[in-house]
Amino acid sequence: MGVKLLLAKAHVEGIKNYDVYRREGGYQSVEKALKTMTPEAVVEEVKKSGLRGRGGAGFPTGMKWSFIAKPEGVPRHLVCNADESEPGTFKDRYLMEHIPHLLIEGLIVSSYALGSNDTYIYIRGEYAWIVDILEKAIAEAHQNGWLGKNILGSGFDCNIHVQRGAGAYICGEETALLESLEGKRGNPRIKPPFPAVKGLWERPTVVNNVESLAAVVPIINMGGEEYAKIGVGRSTGTKLISACGNINKPGVYEIDMTISVEEFIYSDEYCGGIKNGKRLKACIPGGSSVPILPANLLLKTAKGETRYMNYESLSDGGFATGSMMGSGGFIVLDEDQCIVKHTYTLARFYRHESCGQCSPCREGTGWMEKLLLRLDKGEGKMSDIDLLWEIQSKIEGNTICPLGDAAAWPVAAAIRHFRDEFEWHVLHPHEAQVRNFGLAHYADPLQVPAGA
Amino acid sequence: MSDEILLKVTIDNITVEVPAGTTILQAARKIGGDVTPPAMCYYSKLQGSGGKCRTCLVEVSKGSEKDPRPMPKLVASCRTTVMDGMEVKNITSPRVLEARAGVVEFLLLNHPLDCPICDQAGECHLQDLSYEHGKQGSRYEFQKRTFKKVDLGDYIQLHMTRCILCYRCVFTADQLSPKREHGVLDRGDHAQIATFIQKNLHNEFIGNVIDVCPVGALTDKTFRFKNRVWFTKPVNAHRHCDKCCGEVQLWLRGDEVFRVTARKDEWGEIKEASNGKTGWICNECRFEKKNLADWIIEGPTNVNRHSVISQNKYVGLVKPTETFPKIMKGRNPKLLMDIHSVSEVNKPNIHLSQLERPAHSTDFNQ
Amino acid sequence: MVQFSEQQMQEFNRLVKRYPEGKQKSALLPVLHLAQESFGGWLSVETMDYVANLLHLEPIEVYEVATFYSMFNTQPVGKYMFEVCQTGPCMLNGSDDIIAYIKEKLGINVGETTPDGMFTLKTVECLGACGYAPMMQLGKHYREHLTKEKVDAIIEECRNNAARNN
Repeated sequence: MGVKLLLAKAHVEGIKNYDVYRREGGYQSVEKALKTMTPEAVVEEVKKSGLRGRGGAGFPTGMKWSFIAKPEGVPRHLVCNADESEPGTFKDRYLMEHIPHLLIEGLIVSSYALGSNDTYIYIRGEYAWIVDILEKAIAEAHQNGWLGKNILGSGFDCNIHVQRGAGAYICGEETALLESLEGKRGNPRIKPPFPAVKGLWERPTVVNNVESLAAVVPIINMGGEEYAKIGVGRSTGTKLISACGNINKPGVYEIDMTISVEEFIYSDEYCGGIKNGKRLKACIPGGSSVPILPANLLLKTAKGETRYMNYESLSDGGFATGSMMGSGGFIVLDEDQCIVKHTYTLARFYRHESCGQCSPCREGTGWMEKLLLRLDKGEGKMSDIDLLWEIQSKIEGNTICPLGDAAAWPVAAAIRHFRDEFEWHVLHPHEAQVRNFGLAHYADPLQVPAGA
Repeated sequence: MSDEILLKVTIDNITVEVPAGTTILQAARKIGGDVTPPAMCYYSKLQGSGGKCRTCLVEVSKGSEKDPRPMPKLVASCRTTVMDGMEVKNITSPRVLEARAGVVEFLLLNHPLDCPICDQAGECHLQDLSYEHGKQGSRYEFQKRTFKKVDLGDYIQLHMTRCILCYRCVFTADQLSPKREHGVLDRGDHAQIATFIQKNLHNEFIGNVIDVCPVGALTDKTFRFKNRVWFTKPVNAHRHCDKCCGEVQLWLRGDEVFRVTARKDEWGEIKEASNGKTGWICNECRFEKKNLADWIIEGPTNVNRHSVISQNKYVGLVKPTETFPKIMKGRNPKLLMDIHSVSEVNKPNIHLSQLERPAHSTDFNQ
Repeated sequence: MVQFSEQQMQEFNRLVKRYPEGKQKSALLPVLHLAQESFGGWLSVETMDYVANLLHLEPIEVYEVATFYSMFNTQPVGKYMFEVCQTGPCMLNGSDDIIAYIKEKLGINVGETTPDGMFTLKTVECLGACGYAPMMQLGKHYREHLTKEKVDAIIEECRNNAARNN
């Protein structure tokens, strides 16, 4: 059993309610921070903890906090990014649904650290019922003196508001989120200026993921140094992984980043192996945007070392033979899944979610989707595969926001590792409609001939 | 002004000094020529414009004197301000040229390429862009996105199929009129400029959206299909107008005024008027004053020789009677452009073809 | 005529109060949600103009936002909208079969509404329920681990609810 910091109490009966949460030790970090620490000291603890943003980019949270501008007389804001929309990711939802007070507690401490008197939770519009859960938790926190004016006599005022989005993946990008929070279309802003200088209503703003903010609670309770001892290297603390796809036990798991990918997939404590006794073909370890890896590269790195569930190990080998931790959306594909079709659904997703502001993303995502659909239907040409590669390379890095990269990487990785499957679709158009390519040489250790 | 701090920025090996806050694109325009990246969405007179089309991407090979690290990604030169000691590569960067060709291909993907029947042909920035940076042919084999033509009142026609979503017209309406009535609807590849409800645009400065539109998406209904721009002759003219500066460009054929537009500078943007403000013109001047008698003609407009609009403008031109030897006091140049053989400054042992970049005087001082 | 009831107006005021003075535009998304729930599940031009007026915005600002977000319907929809996820993880768990089944069962295509105005079928992209796939959103809540039997039960449930409310 690994260390559990966020979900340790998630299954205590009635933990959604304030009384139970408090009895289980909730809101201690607020007491500790507001009574015994300065805001700067809180930032310092978070820095020491080595906590990396859990939304996907993995940027050190403490460092992000220290960038916030503090001009005289201008209010600052903390915004919680609960617009969880990356395919394969549903960890924030789980956390908010099961233990909402943990997020509220983390938000109060973080708001104190950043000097945010009005803090906003921007939650994806589809999570409509979670808004009620959060608002109830906020109301309870108010009644018990954890929110409002002069909290615990510290002189610090704080209110938390929940804002619902309305269906746009792009609003998970922090500047698009701020635009949306201002009541506009979710078009990402052109940076600079960065939100830390000019964010919400042109005021200094920090945007953090739900899980990152929840992690502030154990960091303050145990101290940044203690927190940093959990995990390995620069992957400190625990990480929520939402596992889905063709596995026996899909769900959200808290891991301490010391277990191997193999253990995560096959042990009964986590995913419980592949469904229906099938074999593992491929996996996207960090949400749909990160590169897909075939089984042989997933379980072991290109150097033949065991791959672990942490930032460094998952990205070992770069994009050539590695992937990324991303948001922790762990999508597993079994031997009967078609990579072309799967990649097509992702391309369709990104085309649907492109905001349309900049040309490479607006036009490129649609083009990739059409080509992939054609390939999937067995109407593609060999040159389409090269064309896809070229299109993704023209999108990557050339767009306003990371959605362009996010749309390009899955296509690139699918072609990089599964090119023969794409070619098989072109060469056997009719066969490709009635059966799948199978495992081929992707799986380790058994060799299965292509198309067998 | 003299104590203003100037920053040094080097673009394609040419160094200029610009005030703080200048963007890379503005600095490059100061240098001019091929060093200037093309811009389809940026419009210096419209606040907030730029950053969207990605044609002006450049490589920053040195961030600044203080922090010389290169920027990992290509940046939009129209929205990136220069730092002291910054080094930028535009046409000297293969990465930039490749990315730009990609952007051109993306922009043309759903563009109808109906130039033969488009009023904008001849003064279309997308045409220029694709000639200069695009590739021949398209690899797109799917049906193009189309929209129905929309009338935005008596004067303006919206041909959304040609639009490249630069947002300039939205900024124009926002910044020139008290009430914006059109905007960008939907998202992604089906985003469109529209009013949502069939609506006429009324504001008296709204005609300027035609001038800022880089393509033929917004055209002047009073000029539609009347003529090709290269058959008309542009002259500068003005009239007294109590709404706008009244300084315009008339597009004539004989004595007939076919079209009235604002005056444009070499970047295709509306010029400053004599009152020092941007020379936006009102609907009355643009659409309703089509008699030559309404205007005081100042003289022909300077047209770039490379523009198709300069075609036929030199008919009947008298060649200068002086010959070269006469101008050069008896010496007849062998080849005007052959600086290698005639230069006494450049050292012949320095091979320009072996330099990776344009030659600079310092190359000859070794 | 489109007009919030007194209770809806209270909710409107609560939403607007969350933002600083002069930033009432920020309430646009929540207010549009409120309007959509209040006025028949979609946003007519009249509704959007009403919201624009309440928030002191130009109508085009509301149209721009309403057409950007996929949860806002600018066309009428059925009483019950089945929004079935079809992205990668749901596809891996058979969402295609579920969509085909609903189509067959209701006799409509994706994007269409049954003639009685009861059901609309819509496909959506990832709703963040990948571990509980296949799934769909019905009103405020998710229906997860869908099977053909479950779909039957949901359709039955909707019909019963509609009958009871009539």
